[in-house]
Amino acid sequence: MVHKTKVKIENLNISIGKNHILKNINATIPEKAITVIIGPSGCGKTTLLKSLNRLIDLNPDVKTSGRIMIDNEDILNTHRDITEIRRKMGLLAQRPYPLPMSIYNNIAYGLRISGRKKKKYLNGRVEHYLQQANLWDEVKDRLNEPAARLSIGQQQRLCLARGLAVDPEIILADEPTSALDPLSSQVIEEQFIALKKRYSIVLVTHILRQARRIADHVIFMYLGEVVEQGPAKEIFENPQMEKTQQYFKGAFY
Amino acid sequence: MRIKKFEEKLFRVLMLLSTVIIITALSLLIVSITIKGLPSLTWEMISQIPKGGYYFGKEGGILNAIIGSLYLALGSVFLAFIIGLPIALFMNSYLVNKKKFVGTIRFFLDLLWGVPSIVYGAFGFAIMIYFGLRTSLLAGIVTVTLFIIPIMVRAMDEVFKEVPRGLLEASFSLGSTKSETSFKIMVRQCIPGIITAVLLSFGRAIGDAASVLFTTGYTDYIPTSLAQPTATLPLAIFFQLGSPIPEVKERAYAAALVLTIIILVISLLSRFFSRKYDKHKINF
Repeated sequence: MVHKTKVKIENLNISIGKNHILKNINATIPEKAITVIIGPSGCGKTTLLKSLNRLIDLNPDVKTSGRIMIDNEDILNTHRDITEIRRKMGLLAQRPYPLPMSIYNNIAYGLRISGRKKKKYLNGRVEHYLQQANLWDEVKDRLNEPAARLSIGQQQRLCLARGLAVDPEIILADEPTSALDPLSSQVIEEQFIALKKRYSIVLVTHILRQARRIADHVIFMYLGEVVEQGPAKEIFENPQMEKTQQYFKGAFY
Repeated sequence: MRIKKFEEKLFRVLMLLSTVIIITALSLLIVSITIKGLPSLTWEMISQIPKGGYYFGKEGGILNAIIGSLYLALGSVFLAFIIGLPIALFMNSYLVNKKKFVGTIRFFLDLLWGVPSIVYGAFGFAIMIYFGLRTSLLAGIVTVTLFIIPIMVRAMDEVFKEVPRGLLEASFSLGSTKSETSFKIMVRQCIPGIITAVLLSFGRAIGDAASVLFTTGYTDYIPTSLAQPTATLPLAIFFQLGSPIPEVKERAYAAALVLTIIILVISLLSRFFSRKYDKHKINF
């Protein structure tokens, strides 16, 4: 299967303070597939992910150079409103961060701030996205309860539904199952496989088995550099670089 | 092992002792103003303004000071809130990546927090003289507002600071602007803390005598406009306590009791409201 390129990262360098975190990154992320970024902790995976929707701007003393092309538009050097760029991408963090409001409003929030406020429309959308995240049956009778009362696995699915509700093209997931129990993790993985028909998914993980289960495309990073990237099958079965081979053998984490 | 056990015991006794001392001191304070004040705390006392000869122990009450204090405290807390909330939000959302600058702001706010209220009073007085104003409710409100803004801002700042980065990122990644993130997410997450900040400021505003001494003045009447001088409870206590007449002195304690009760009621109310509104708070 040949995928179109969704995101193209060219010569990306990021430093925060005196730390040069990403070094000359060149990578492509295919459309409507799961791209998994793997590598030992502290190698810059999360920084790379967060530079895609420019959350990295929130850090003090960030210096960025290079280009990140999404649909042939450079999002690092653009006059477009940053909120518009971010709306193209849903984010799933290492642990769920539900908004401090009801379950219903967690989903409706993103729609409301983009100007869609009609009650009837919202009701339909809320149900639709909760079903997409496989959460509807568990919460349909208590939509007005605070999101804080959900279990952590349910909260993470709520965050997924909330991210989908703003109708993104890309889903960014930063070790989304690291705080979850095995069962909830499995549910999230299954959702990703179902969702890749419509979204380009970028997943950061340090769980190699998870990467093997769901990756279509793999980017392997080490100490702030991309060591190797390509279709999952090629990388897992026949890694070219020595570092990659060592990592797969479990020589370092 | 024995030394460790001894240490453990010693510190437990020390902690217990200091707790007991504090509780005793506070109870004594409340008991003493109640014993001295309660006999004079009549309905007349809280429902009437001073009549002729009140300060010599004759008829009247301190309604002027009660109403005046409430006007002053509510007015200045309201002003300080609408000025302070945006400052605290600004420091924690717009300036989130300017750590040094925010640190400097915090330093100066803490400095201002520590400035004694008499200095604010003197400053307010100097400004009034410059503009040729007389003592008035408005001048008092402005002075007390200046005096409680650092308290309000820093108290809210401390709770906004604790909002986890992940929650902000979640909000931004949904396409919220910084102001939407501030007012719709941070404020909701921090309602109990905001209420505490308002209460803290209210307590300082209603209880302070030095800042209003030169600015609001004192009068026996209930003010009908912002331009009139206004009586306040702390000054009512101050003036009556200085009297050689025993009945008047007792009334000072009654006024102190009224002030304490007002603060108690406000703090119970705010506890009630913060409990009511914190159900959506996410605990991280």
